[in-house]
Order: sequence, then structure tokens, then C-alpha cells
Amino acid sequence: MSTGTEAWFDDPLVRPYAVTGGRTRSSQLGLDLITLVVALRTTAEVDLQPEYAKVLQMCQQPISVAEVSAKVDLPLQVVKVVLSDLITQGVVIFRSAINPAHEAPSQQVLQAVLDGIRRL
Amino acid sequence: MASEGSDRRLSAAVKIVVAGGFGVGKTTLVGSVSEITPLRTEELITEASSGVDDLAGVEQKSTTTVALDFGRITINQDLILYLFGTPGQNRFWFMWDELARGALGAVVLADTRRLDTCFPAVDFFERRGLPFIVAVNCFDDAYRYGTEEVRMALDIDPHVPVLLCDARDRESTKQVLITLMHHVMADARLARTR
Repeated sequence: MSTGTEAWFDDPLVRPYAVTGGRTRSSQLGLDLITLVVALRTTAEVDLQPEYAKVLQMCQQPISVAEVSAKVDLPLQVVKVVLSDLITQGVVIFRSAINPAHEAPSQQVLQAVLDGIRRL
Repeated sequence: MASEGSDRRLSAAVKIVVAGGFGVGKTTLVGSVSEITPLRTEELITEASSGVDDLAGVEQKSTTTVALDFGRITINQDLILYLFGTPGQNRFWFMWDELARGALGAVVLADTRRLDTCFPAVDFFERRGLPFIVAVNCFDDAYRYGTEEVRMALDIDPHVPVLLCDARDRESTKQVLITLMHHVMADARLARTR
């Protein structure tokens, strides 16, 4: 049965930036959409508030920041702050995008991408 | 710089941007080759501070969300390729900056019934110096223009590839991405000789 009351809970009851204590910037780690993160600990091993636990749970396998955001259904900016905190706590590690803006991608990387697409 | 503290045990990621007007088939194109059903991530923006990073002191302003759809292709155990669709609405230009930053290249998806909707994307990538190609999505009921007609209409440089595609078709999308990668690699070779 679908009633109007269910819709109430579709939106998070906590305002998004309340999760991060009102912070909207995610330190100096330079996390972007495709930064990959992975958890070093499980949610059972660390005591975290619910949204942090949800994010940590999502990172048990390597995953991009954008995917975490889509899967926990929190805005990108919020997820970046949460992940930065988890990284600072040493609970999560990350790897930056291979191709920072100031660097040209290597021919090897480009060739690997081309070969990978051909194999699809 | 940004890699300080970043960990080499993890594989690395690269991205390609798929741009074009609203409803031109960007998410369809991404979905036709992605190993996951395209995901959607949302960014919250306060209308008053669009383009500015700092929300301090503007808590009372209304917020809106910009949606980004994306897919993933695992290239090999060390490398993951992400395909990001740009937001359809042009007023979210500042999101394009984050999308384009560090991207390998871009596909501008065009609909011949509304060619003008891809002018802003072409303009953006030209100015940004990001290699791009134009893929004309052939909708069933659209008159098939030749690629040269599209090139002229969009006033695109002769060296930029223009091809026809069917965004729903995996093989066709593969061809689009292969064409882009050849173009990106030629561009990179040229950059090295400059």
C-alpha cells in the first residue's frame, strides 16, 4: 500500500550538511569525482555516526567518490567531507585520479583505455 | 600535488565526459557500454552562491540539486574508466569545470533536430583545450544529415572527428569511444612535438 506518509521518509530527515557539522569544504586532500577510496577497517571496528558508518560500509571494496555518493544517496560535497574525515582518521585510504589537470596523460594509459574499450 | 597521501595500492581511474543538450541520449550512450546501470550523483547548490565554493553565511538561500549520471568500465585490474554525462541544464556551467578537470577527452552528442543545443559544449571544450569529437545520435525520426553538414553547421575544426552513431547500440558507442581515443592520442602526440 502506498500512502502519503511513506513519501515523508524519502527525503533524509537530517539536513545534508548537518551530517558534516555544517562544513562544506573537504580539506586539502583534493578528492574529486573519480578519486578511488577503500576502507581499512569495517564498520564493526569503528564507532561512527550513522552517515559515516554508511559511507564506510560502501568502501569495503575500492570505489570512486562519485559511486559512494550515488549509493549512499548523499550529495557529492557531503560525501567528500565525510570521506576526508575518514581518511584523516586513517580508516579509509584513497588514490587520486591518474591524470591531474596539469599533467598530460601518458601514452600507456591512453593505449590501455583504447585496448579496454576495444575488448568490450 | 593532490596525490600526497594518496595510496598506490589502489587501482587508478580516468574519465571521459559525455556532453550535449537535454534529452540527446547521454545517459543512454553511457548505459550502452557501462558495466553498471548508470548511477546518479547529486550536488547541492545554493542558488545565490552558484559558482562560488563557500556556503558560509548563506544558509538562508534556497538550494537546488544538479544531477550527474555516470557509468563505469573496468579497463584492467589497475585502471577504471568512468563516463560522466554533463548536467542537461546550461546554468550549471560550474559543474562542467569539475567534470572536465583531468578528463581524457569528451564526446559531444548531437541531435540534428536541435543542433544548436550542442553549441555551448563545443565552445566549452574548444576554449578549455580538451580534445573532443562530435557524435550525431541518429534518432529514428530525424533526417540523417551527413557528417560534413553537421561539421559546417557547428563550425568545427577539420581535425575534429564527426561521426554518426546510435547511442542505444553497444557496438556503435564503442566505435564512438574508440574514435575519441584515437583523437586524444593524436592530440597528445602533437602536444609532445610542440
